[in-house]
Amino acid sequence: MTTTLRIAFLPLTDAAVLAVARERGFAEEEGLDLNLVRTTSWATLRDRLIYGQVQAAHMLAPLAVAVTLGLSQQPVELAAPYKLNVNGNMLVMASAFAKALEPDCGQRLADPIGTAHDFAAAVGLWRRKPVIGIVHRFSSHAMMLRYWMASVGIDPDRDVLLRVLPPSLMVEAMLAGEIDGFIAGEPWGSAAIEAGLAEAVAIGQRIWQRGVEKVLTFRANWLEDNPDSVDRLVRALARAAAWCDAPENHEALADLLSRPQYVDQPAYLILRALAGTIVARAHDVPIANPDFMLFSREATPFPWRSQALWIYSQFVRWQMLEHSTDNMNRAAAVFRPDVFRRALAHSDVAMPGASMKLEGALATPLGVGSRRGELTLGPDRFFDGRIFDPEQVEGYLAGFDTKR
Amino acid sequence: MQIVIIDDSGLRATVLEEGLREAGYDDIHIVPPRGAFVARLERMAPDVVLMDLGSPSRDTLEEMLTVSRALARPIAMFVDQSDEAMIGAAIDAGVSAYVVDGLRKERVKPVLELAVRRFNAFAKIQAELEEARTALSDRKVIDRAKAILMSQRGLNEADAYALLRSSAMNQGKKIVDVAQALITASDLLGGGGL
Repeated sequence: MTTTLRIAFLPLTDAAVLAVARERGFAEEEGLDLNLVRTTSWATLRDRLIYGQVQAAHMLAPLAVAVTLGLSQQPVELAAPYKLNVNGNMLVMASAFAKALEPDCGQRLADPIGTAHDFAAAVGLWRRKPVIGIVHRFSSHAMMLRYWMASVGIDPDRDVLLRVLPPSLMVEAMLAGEIDGFIAGEPWGSAAIEAGLAEAVAIGQRIWQRGVEKVLTFRANWLEDNPDSVDRLVRALARAAAWCDAPENHEALADLLSRPQYVDQPAYLILRALAGTIVARAHDVPIANPDFMLFSREATPFPWRSQALWIYSQFVRWQMLEHSTDNMNRAAAVFRPDVFRRALAHSDVAMPGASMKLEGALATPLGVGSRRGELTLGPDRFFDGRIFDPEQVEGYLAGFDTKR
Repeated sequence: MQIVIIDDSGLRATVLEEGLREAGYDDIHIVPPRGAFVARLERMAPDVVLMDLGSPSRDTLEEMLTVSRALARPIAMFVDQSDEAMIGAAIDAGVSAYVVDGLRKERVKPVLELAVRRFNAFAKIQAELEEARTALSDRKVIDRAKAILMSQRGLNEADAYALLRSSAMNQGKKIVDVAQALITASDLLGGGGL
């Protein structure tokens, strides 16, 4: 018997796994009919999920934590048993602004510390307080942008203006001069570069080498009541993700995502993020960043609780929330490695033995304990070398200057 | 009670505004979600904001509601979280509503119900318009096919139409599909062009 699941998504390259699960038969093999609901704002995606119009959603990981903690309208406990990708963001700035930065784009992207210092100087020189578009206050992009800017003393709430805009309107806002740059999921940065409006300044992968991004999110009570559907969906997505990661499939995947019902942007722009060939400035040669966006390898989909806690630490750092043990525990509980393990117990997916790890501690790939198969975790350093210990959230926070 | 409608579509906003005025609300403003709309909204300090659920600018609005220091009281989505039927109807109709803290729910409910009815009515009008548009373009296709038959087969208009209709019946297809096939074939064969 086929079960129909309605899943809301935003037109972004990292909705790939959902599209492939539907279009390449992986969902069907699990007896699922996926009805993917294209949505144009995170607010509407959230509302469709919490008010039950859809059973699951392609959600910004920090938004899932924020909704659970009551920071984004109606508080509802959400559950994320599966990560749809890591990495995939790009910060682009108007070409005139980028003139103050390292002119060699390859070096600019490879050296986020140097670029951050140049960026701080450029902020002071710019004709107004730079207006930078972010897609949502509770987005991984905003978290990484804040983290990166603050490392060189830029106060993201004082020295720049962060303006929330939907990704699909960023290019238009650049053209109208309403914003001086933006950070968003692909292909929107590439679209602005291709239009000759902007240059790449930083990419997510160079700020946090394995940055948490979109998660598959359910209402927690629905997830508890429908374990069979949840498990089947997780299994279908795990197989779809492996397909998405395979380089030989990238062109077909870009074609699929370019369709009007998905991203509705040219396939060659979408391909850049998938293949990790980033064109940083219009007509430049592509720069290879093979880990620009990951779907499957290195246990990418595994929802490490330590990553939910890192998100929580950033909420506290930026005074979006008071720190308390209760808040911290509720944030950690949004990520559900237990459900991931249950769903994939009889599969060949490599399974981490632990549910938490140090974040940012690996400079080189590391083989780790896994219930089956070989599991290698990729390098996951933050660009400034800090390490997040999920057992020491307070100590980690004390290391930042939070006084304003 | 000041009500702001944030909407791109002139027609939908008008349909909603009319309904609200008929119901006795007179402090109503329509703001398109473009440029500095958030600053405008801040100055107005409305009691109720109605917005299309499909508008990509909802995140921009919610950010303003979160950070604005100009708003004296917080504005949150829907007023009565216990009224699930009402919320369900609003979401289905594509209405999102933000209501200032402290406004009594019995004062807001009629506004919301009216918005839901008007959004649904608008969706119906749109579907009908779409249907009419399709009918019009169908008519154009059929006219062109008739013209091809008239010029190539020397038929008069009534006979050309009769021929299309009988072919459609024989093939179990719609007349417009037969007409389209005829036009395509004629284009391919370069016959007569028209």
